[in-house]
Amino acid sequence: MPTNITLEVSRYRPEEEAEPVFQSYEVPFRKDWVILDAINYIKDNIDGTLSYRWSCRMGVCGSCGMMVNGTPVLTCATFLEKYLPGPIRVEPLDNFPVVRDLVIEMTDFMEKLKRVQPWIVREEEKPLSEGEYLQTPVELEDYKQFSMCINCMLCYSACPVYGLEPTFIGPAAIAIAQRYNLDNRDQGNQQRLEILSEDDGIFECTLVGECSAVCPKDVDPAGAIQRFKVAATANWWKSLLMPWGNK
Amino acid sequence: MSLNPNYTKYHPKWYRKRIPIFWWMQKWAYTKFILRELTSLAVAFYAVVLLLQIRALAQGPEAYANFLNWLKTPVSIVLHGVALLFVLFHSITWFNLSPKALVFRLGKKRIPDALIAGSNYAAWVVFSAAIVWMILTI
Repeated sequence: MPTNITLEVSRYRPEEEAEPVFQSYEVPFRKDWVILDAINYIKDNIDGTLSYRWSCRMGVCGSCGMMVNGTPVLTCATFLEKYLPGPIRVEPLDNFPVVRDLVIEMTDFMEKLKRVQPWIVREEEKPLSEGEYLQTPVELEDYKQFSMCINCMLCYSACPVYGLEPTFIGPAAIAIAQRYNLDNRDQGNQQRLEILSEDDGIFECTLVGECSAVCPKDVDPAGAIQRFKVAATANWWKSLLMPWGNK
Repeated sequence: MSLNPNYTKYHPKWYRKRIPIFWWMQKWAYTKFILRELTSLAVAFYAVVLLLQIRALAQGPEAYANFLNWLKTPVSIVLHGVALLFVLFHSITWFNLSPKALVFRLGKKRIPDALIAGSNYAAWVVFSAAIVWMILTI
């Protein structure tokens, strides 16, 4: 068992350099350490100027996504041991502008997330006196998988379509739209389908499938997108063959 | 965070990584994806060959014999061999992806992925057998 391991961390200090450079840090190797532990060790003991995001360190908050040896991962859920003997390359998430060091700019994702109306849409709200909207475990099962998304944006980082066409609404936003579409309390299906059928919506996806491969929560955005494509196509045929149907 | 959603637009110092032309060479998953996309060329090749065959058939016996002779040339055999590999890759990768798009339920249970992909393979076998039967008997 080695006693140390080297991390090559991407540094970008906009006031100092025009593009990122790698800086090597040697940290103690511990079997129970994840990448984030090693980065925290650097911050606390070697170089306090290193900037990065993290919060829960238990795979729930979705803040600590980074590229580790070229693959987007949650650094709190990825052990150092996996990369022995090193060195380990740590970079900010691909396909996003870099603000500083390992910190990316995520406004684009936030705007896209809002666009799919990620909340329960009702044509008419039931009066409070009628009680809550009930749901059976089977109905919950329909969308539960898509509700596991933690907005960590690893899927955007793995998606070459998003990299090449930044207007693409992207995997997580579509999976989250599907989460509400499949919820039997929701009635916003048609609205979301129209938003997602636009030029930068589902049909930009060419099914590379890497979004689902890197997802730390097994949400399967690629599956969500393909199911949307089937729904959108069925919808189009329906409106063509039965134009008298609802709109 | 500022209340003005446009505040980020004028931030001057972000670093944006450029995506190299050969980005799809960097990871096997991406390369496989590009290969799968390229298989459409093999599908198109088969379609063109079929159209040429029909044209030769319409032009008469001599043209048809010439066409059959071209099919026997080494160039044509190599092209067909490569196209066959690509079309197999095309069919298998797409069949395996089909459960992603098709989710069916039987009562409370979701039909397993293997069954959805399997039914594609079954249909493939049935159609192939039907075509072989037609060629051998008609």
